[in-house]
Amino acid sequence: MRYLPLTDADRSQMLHRIGAPSIDALFADVPEAARLSEKIPGLPDHASELAVERHLSALARQNMAAGEVPFFLGAGAYRHHVPASVDHLIQRGEFLTAYTPYQPEIAQGTLQVLFEFQTQVARLFGCDVANASMYDGSTACWEAIGMARRITKRSKAILSSGLHPHYVSVAKTMARFTGDELVHETPRLEAATDADALIAAIGKDTSCVVVQYPDILGRIGDQSAIAAKAHEAGALLIAVVTEPVALGALTPPGEMGADIVVGEGQSIGVGLQFGGPYLGLFATQQKYVRQMPGRLCGETVDAAGQRGFVLTLSTREQHIRREKATSNICTNSGLCALAFSIHMTLLGEKGLRELAMLNHGLAVEAADRLARVPGVTLLNDGFFNEFTLVLDRDARTVVRQLAERNILGGVSLGRLFPDAPEIGHGLVVTVTETCTSEDVEALAAALEEILA
Amino acid sequence: MSMLNEGRPTRPDQAETAAPATATGNRALMLEEALIFEIGTADTTGVDFAPAPKVAPRLAGLERRRPIGLPGLSEQEAVRHYTRLSRQNYAIDLGVFPLGSCTMKHNPRLNERVARLSGFADIHPLQPVSTVQGALAVIDELAHWLKMLTGMAAVAMSPKAGAHGELCGLLAIRAALEARGDARSVVLVPESAHGTNPATAAFCGYKVEDIPANADGRVDLEALKSRLGPDVAAVMITNPNTCGLFERDMKKIADAVHAVGALVYCDGANFNAIVGRVRPGDLGIDAMHINLHKTFSTPHGGGGPGSGPVVFSEALAPFAPLPFVEKNSDGYHLVEEETAEDHHGGSFGRMVAFHGQMGMFTRALAYILSHGADGLRQVSGDAVLNANYILRSLEDVLDAPFGATGPCMHEALLSDKGFAEGFTTLDVAKGLIDEGFHPMTMYFPLVVHGAMLIEPTETESKAALDQFIMALRSVAQRARAGDTTLRSAPHHAPRRRLDETQAARKPVLVWAEPPLPEAAE
Repeated sequence: MRYLPLTDADRSQMLHRIGAPSIDALFADVPEAARLSEKIPGLPDHASELAVERHLSALARQNMAAGEVPFFLGAGAYRHHVPASVDHLIQRGEFLTAYTPYQPEIAQGTLQVLFEFQTQVARLFGCDVANASMYDGSTACWEAIGMARRITKRSKAILSSGLHPHYVSVAKTMARFTGDELVHETPRLEAATDADALIAAIGKDTSCVVVQYPDILGRIGDQSAIAAKAHEAGALLIAVVTEPVALGALTPPGEMGADIVVGEGQSIGVGLQFGGPYLGLFATQQKYVRQMPGRLCGETVDAAGQRGFVLTLSTREQHIRREKATSNICTNSGLCALAFSIHMTLLGEKGLRELAMLNHGLAVEAADRLARVPGVTLLNDGFFNEFTLVLDRDARTVVRQLAERNILGGVSLGRLFPDAPEIGHGLVVTVTETCTSEDVEALAAALEEILA
Repeated sequence: MSMLNEGRPTRPDQAETAAPATATGNRALMLEEALIFEIGTADTTGVDFAPAPKVAPRLAGLERRRPIGLPGLSEQEAVRHYTRLSRQNYAIDLGVFPLGSCTMKHNPRLNERVARLSGFADIHPLQPVSTVQGALAVIDELAHWLKMLTGMAAVAMSPKAGAHGELCGLLAIRAALEARGDARSVVLVPESAHGTNPATAAFCGYKVEDIPANADGRVDLEALKSRLGPDVAAVMITNPNTCGLFERDMKKIADAVHAVGALVYCDGANFNAIVGRVRPGDLGIDAMHINLHKTFSTPHGGGGPGSGPVVFSEALAPFAPLPFVEKNSDGYHLVEEETAEDHHGGSFGRMVAFHGQMGMFTRALAYILSHGADGLRQVSGDAVLNANYILRSLEDVLDAPFGATGPCMHEALLSDKGFAEGFTTLDVAKGLIDEGFHPMTMYFPLVVHGAMLIEPTETESKAALDQFIMALRSVAQRARAGDTTLRSAPHHAPRRRLDETQAARKPVLVWAEPPLPEAAE
């Protein structure tokens, strides 16, 4: 076995020092009845690198890779070009094969990256501080709701109808067990966000309002009025950003009064990967730092007075506080945070703004072209790189017909909201810098054919 | 151009002198690196884009008005920045990384290659299922292996890491209990458990109570039995436990727990010790998470991502979370949401946005297929052999609190007993850093004073173990002898000991522009 270095001679020498007759004898504490005397039957034996690569490559070829076809999916996961140097750097063994930086003297690389990452995320979101990452956007969103409960000592959260339905599902799953009350409705196919309804729903028992920006239909709404009303009632505003590239062009939620901003960082540096691993982003304002979940990296000095970084405020965390911790999270998304941070450093302010305006410009052109297809209406007034088309029929079928023509044309609202047939004509289309005008033309032509 | 030998010294002629400080703070290959905020600018970028189409923006009047404050670097500057930082990290690729309970084994590079195949890396989680049949096949094939290796009925693939898997297991337990109309309020956790266990139980709304260990470092069966009752929902047990010992009474514990109508959760963090030799399903376990980033070698990446699939017994299988993969005659299907027409028994619902850690599934499957049934059995055998070799090679210089109770499993537990006055486990850990090793897990489990938990894993050679043992023996002897230079170790790392108290007292979590110097008169 190529990964197992011990030889039989090594094993017998080692057993001799241990004073055991065999490796099996080391398992004497396992009750006889539970100890397998042979390898588990019905499973293949070890395989060469070539054989394994061949098998998995064959499975990979059974998938339609986004880069091979016109591709317009978003709805919480976005395809952007990731510079070659990002993947090169995250594959350096010193990053890839390191553990959580519990011994800071020999983990300054990871720690400095986390400190830089926290600063990048806080600045992008318009917040004071950010943590060192969560699993993904959906779990970060639930953690934010829990944090709002701890701060306000209230347990009724109002979720915008524009919040990603999977994020809503995750919150509902958890709320069943924690006793939180969640208020939520299915979105309507309207150009305006549900800001007015949210403001009307805020009361003295509200812990938080959760809005997505841009929302699941691609709409963009000013959050200032929601924040003002929430704060007046003693509640928090949580903003969810599933496409952080948008904040290269848009005013960040932290500047509009959001108390906690969480997000999915996948679109910068991480890639699609069929849904994971992704990168939960979590930022808040200074006064709430000690209620934050997850790991935090902080600056300090060493015994010689040199600047260095350590994991800090761990008295919030499970390994110290056990059942009183702010979260049970331990392993997070370190390597994805590194990828995000490298990509963001390569972009810089200038690159991120250019990328954002390129996405927006291409999306505007594509929206106008697609809206000219008979049977298609553009729902949005405002949007960033994602918008909703209202078709003259159920969009689920149309998506399948597009796939048969080797076009991945968008995400149908029927897939996202299977229990809401009244919005089943909606198709969420995303246009990033990876989409060419030929791609848009192919989608428009195919829609013309299918909807004819 | 070659370097000439004429006119220059060709052998060192100076006597050894103390190293002088350098002007840069660099020490040859050890390069200091400033923060991106100190070296980058808002106008620098390492990415070029085509010009954006000239359109009137439709951003609802919410255009960003203020600068973001993000520095950029050119590509070479970025490559240097991160390459220099990487060299300040210890890693498995550099040497032995014996963190107990973390299973830092070799990360095969084939796994990195297959995870990056465009058919896996470049597919969207909401593509039509007809276009992702190969991805669903990977999930299904890995699920099959995990069920076979654990002897369990079902597996939930979506949990994102070990603690998330614990959450999945406890939510299924709670859903199963509620389904039979049996609300229970208490989860019992041994005092040696990982901190995530009590945190998870509390996160699910349970009251957590400790169960004590016996003198052998195992769960005290009688104490557990006396606490069991109709208010107990579950017992969370780590097996092999965090003292590196197999819970010999596991089946008896499970029988007693089941007898009062409660369920058994097993923390599978230490599955590497028994993979291919013991099936948790044969021990009466109802749910167990498997850290793919431990037993199945997906890289730890400096703190994740992990992946924590959870295997379930027949009793809990109906309550597993959404989504899951189903196979029928026309291929693989994805059951994503509970709808009015489509019920899935008692599933407790969705716990993440998409389908779990696909990038980890491909890596773990490549690892499993590479080893096969025979190789995986050898993995646990060699892992346990290596740990016992370390235990028996050190117990004359370091106290082994349970050394007399028999062999350990995959990790060796030692303590600070016998160190000179004022010398601690921390000193030994920092001394090991100077010797070129990553320290062991320290001060965990909490049941042993000054604990040192050493998990070598099966991928270390005997030569590497011998060198590690030699180094640790030397450091341990310095701690016993009271060698004060150990108290200020590490001396050779990129940083000396860091002030964690200052970091926590005045947290500086983001970079801020330093105040401008007072304007000159």
